[in-house]
Amino acid sequence: MAFPDRFDGLPAAPRCEGVYKVTGDTRGNNVAIDVLGVTKVFGAADSGFRALDKVSASIRQNEFFTLLGPSGCGKTTLLRLIAGFEFPTEGRILLDGEDIAALPPFRRPVNTVFQSYALFPHLTVAKNISFGLEMLGWPATKIASTVERMLALVKMEPMADRLTDQISGGQQQRVALARALAPNPRVLLLDEPLSALDFKLRKEMQIELKRLQGETGITFVFVTHDQEEALTMSDRIAVMSAGRILQVGSPREIYDRPTERFVADFIGETNFLEGEAKVAGDRLLEVRLDAGATVKATAPDAALHAGRTTVAVRPEHADLVPGDGPADLTGVLKNIVYFGTDTHFHMTLDNGVPFIVRQQNTPGEGSGFSIGEQVGVRLHADAAQALKD
Amino acid sequence: MQPHEVEQAAIRRGTMRRWLLSAPALVIIFLASFGPLFVMLAFSVLEKGDYGGVKPWTFSFDGWANVFFQHDIFTGELGFADAHLSIFWRSVRLSIITTALTLVLGFPTAYFIATRPRKTREIWVFLVTIPFWTNLLIRTFAMQEVIRNEGVINTVAMRLGMISEPIQIMYTDWAVLFGMTYVYLPLMVLPLYASMEKLDFRLVEAAYDLYANRFKVLRRIILPLTKPGIIAGSILVFIPSLGAYVTPRVLGGGKNMMLGNLIGLQFGKGNNWPLGAAISITLMVVVMVALLVYVRATARAGGDDRGR
Amino acid sequence: MAGKRHFDVRRQPGFAFVAMFSFFALYLPMALLVVYAFNAGDSLALWEGFSFRWFVSAWQNDTVQDATLRSVIIAVCAAVLATSAATMAALATTRTRPYRGQTFTYALINQPLMIPEIVTAVALLIVFSRIKVWTDYSGLGYLIAAHTAFCVPFAYLPIRARLESMDLSLEVAAADLYATPWKAFRYITLPLLRPGIIAGFMLAFVISLDDVVITEFVKSGGQDTLPTYMLGQLRRVVTPEINAIATVFLAFSVVIVTAFFLMTRKKT
Repeated sequence: MAFPDRFDGLPAAPRCEGVYKVTGDTRGNNVAIDVLGVTKVFGAADSGFRALDKVSASIRQNEFFTLLGPSGCGKTTLLRLIAGFEFPTEGRILLDGEDIAALPPFRRPVNTVFQSYALFPHLTVAKNISFGLEMLGWPATKIASTVERMLALVKMEPMADRLTDQISGGQQQRVALARALAPNPRVLLLDEPLSALDFKLRKEMQIELKRLQGETGITFVFVTHDQEEALTMSDRIAVMSAGRILQVGSPREIYDRPTERFVADFIGETNFLEGEAKVAGDRLLEVRLDAGATVKATAPDAALHAGRTTVAVRPEHADLVPGDGPADLTGVLKNIVYFGTDTHFHMTLDNGVPFIVRQQNTPGEGSGFSIGEQVGVRLHADAAQALKD
Repeated sequence: MQPHEVEQAAIRRGTMRRWLLSAPALVIIFLASFGPLFVMLAFSVLEKGDYGGVKPWTFSFDGWANVFFQHDIFTGELGFADAHLSIFWRSVRLSIITTALTLVLGFPTAYFIATRPRKTREIWVFLVTIPFWTNLLIRTFAMQEVIRNEGVINTVAMRLGMISEPIQIMYTDWAVLFGMTYVYLPLMVLPLYASMEKLDFRLVEAAYDLYANRFKVLRRIILPLTKPGIIAGSILVFIPSLGAYVTPRVLGGGKNMMLGNLIGLQFGKGNNWPLGAAISITLMVVVMVALLVYVRATARAGGDDRGR
Repeated sequence: MAGKRHFDVRRQPGFAFVAMFSFFALYLPMALLVVYAFNAGDSLALWEGFSFRWFVSAWQNDTVQDATLRSVIIAVCAAVLATSAATMAALATTRTRPYRGQTFTYALINQPLMIPEIVTAVALLIVFSRIKVWTDYSGLGYLIAAHTAFCVPFAYLPIRARLESMDLSLEVAAADLYATPWKAFRYITLPLLRPGIIAGFMLAFVISLDDVVITEFVKSGGQDTLPTYMLGQLRRVVTPEINAIATVFLAFSVVIVTAFFLMTRKKT
């Protein structure tokens, strides 16, 4: 086992300079963490609660990877498995190609930013940051310079000698970050670190986190239930539900090309339309919607999907048009909700299914539509995404 | 009546009511606990009576002088009161060791209780509470059962062939030490438990995440964070140990006196009330100083763990 | 690795062992004391069979009966007086803005806890012996007064805690519904305060019953309570009769503590 040596024998860890060295793992790609078929059951093996059910994922080096899902979906459990506070019931977790299942948390080159920050109240800001380094047995001069660098990195130099309860929530957040980054871990785990901050501070910290990830080059595994946060910050997102990973992809893939109903529903707003599909090409379906029109829809995967299917259409991928003009779908306008940047038009299609259209607002007069009016919808090209059943 | 007069009257009524309600408690404590301390202070500077008591209105500092000094019986020279000093020293030493022993036993015990699941935790706390409220004399007597020559320790050790003759524990400093550790252990465990119950284990988790091992977590995180409990427990054990009367009397016998017994003696066979009063006041001052240290230490420790 | 389900952040090696030793050490002596109370022989070392003879002999011992009765009388009087005084004091000192003399009141109420018992005991001996000479009264009044004084802080504690956790707006609501201050106290405050008062009473009762040191110095001749009687006996040759008395005493304490524990627990 390589990690214990790295942290026991050598006072100065080889990578403490903060320079990231890309080293491929045994399989030749740049995977930092490999989660291989991990199942975690709390309680009895057969009747207990399955927090994770055969989860697999590869987290690449130098990547901002987000685990997104509602509370109870298992995302925090997966984080704690990587950190070493829980051990998998089944499956393996590899760090740089090595199985770390047997290592206690203090032997794993992985650090966590806790949801509660968990700053030590009896230690100063600087002492909090140096804690991990002291535990690793770094020489004092090295610790001092690293702490200084970390304080500068999170812009907390003036607060170095304060106790952690004498600083604001946003500052505590920065200290927690600096403390976890100081030992220059292979992977930084962030457990909903922004949830305690107010809206404005959260926005600032989102940008700050991205900056820190870029500057340190450390792999970030970020847990959140906030889809907007996930979309703005991540390189890749894993959407989780009920102990399973449903879809992994870039924010754009996840948003534009959701493959499952849950993913489409959980992230952003979506209209669901039922229809009859037949194959129309490579990963392309032609769907005759129950609501009327026939549309081309992207297939969720390479497998053929003929028959009944559900198609997702984002509200902003459609235009509202007057009822007497040409349109893909028609219905009655039920409600108009003004959102500042855009307006939501709630309508009921002719077959009784609700449908929402979102339109950017322009200065000047209103939309020109009124409630109760007969209206039509024109779908953008490529707007329809077929879902797995 | 003007509005402000109404308000003033209401405030006056409130103040009256408050003092009237507090009066019975304050009066009884003043008459039967606090006030007598001043009378004792006066007695400490009077001349001792021939058969106990004092000679009224005859001032003398003999009582105070005798705390530390004595006239040699034969030569009449003034020297240190060796007997008193050795009792002082024994009291302080035994109290410190008792505090240390109860801490060594009590800390893991309190930690053990605090880390039990919430339901069973109450039962463990209850098991500590029972001895806490059980008669001290009975518990001292129970300890005597264990350590006397025919007691459990000696019987078992002899049966096992570890010793051939019983070890004399009764009427030694060891007996007093075992006894005090035994009777005061709950006093250490309960405040320790109170501070450990508040311990945020997410901090412990964070320390493990930052490469601290079991021992370092204990020393760098758990110990500092439970310091208020350690100080409270130590003071709660040290103070009654220093003034212990029953345990050294029963287990230590006449030769292994502590301060409490020395005081008691002056009001009994010693017939030297001014000396007894002077030693009492000395003991009280030491206790007050210890309490003051405690208050200051907790004020500081309290400042450290705000916002937990 | 096998079988380990999670990394236990709460575990500290050896702590459970020390804890078990502590519990064992806390209960072994008391268990032995109880066991030998049932010894048929008159030794505290040799087991000669099971018997209730020492309970019977204790029961028939006039001195023990006397001392028990005296203990109970003193404890009941002291607990009633201390609880009443403590309840009033708690009503006066809680739920108000800080006022002049509040610190003084707190300090005086808690004073008996801060002084070693032996010091209070001899101070009381000095004062009461004078008063005995002046008034020629040497009854139980001195003991009751002394016990009441050191019971007050114990009774005060749970009552104050109960008051502080109480919702102030209830009395305001009562006043709003035309209750006079007395009626608001009688029908709202007092019923809500009852668990605290009972807990305070029980603590005071046990504390008074257990007292050795102060009683030993304040009592006049022939005024032994059960604990001082036992203390006197311990200097002589001890028979299991003492164990029998201690066992009954112990059982009684356990019952009261259990009741107290269950009562204070129900609140949460």
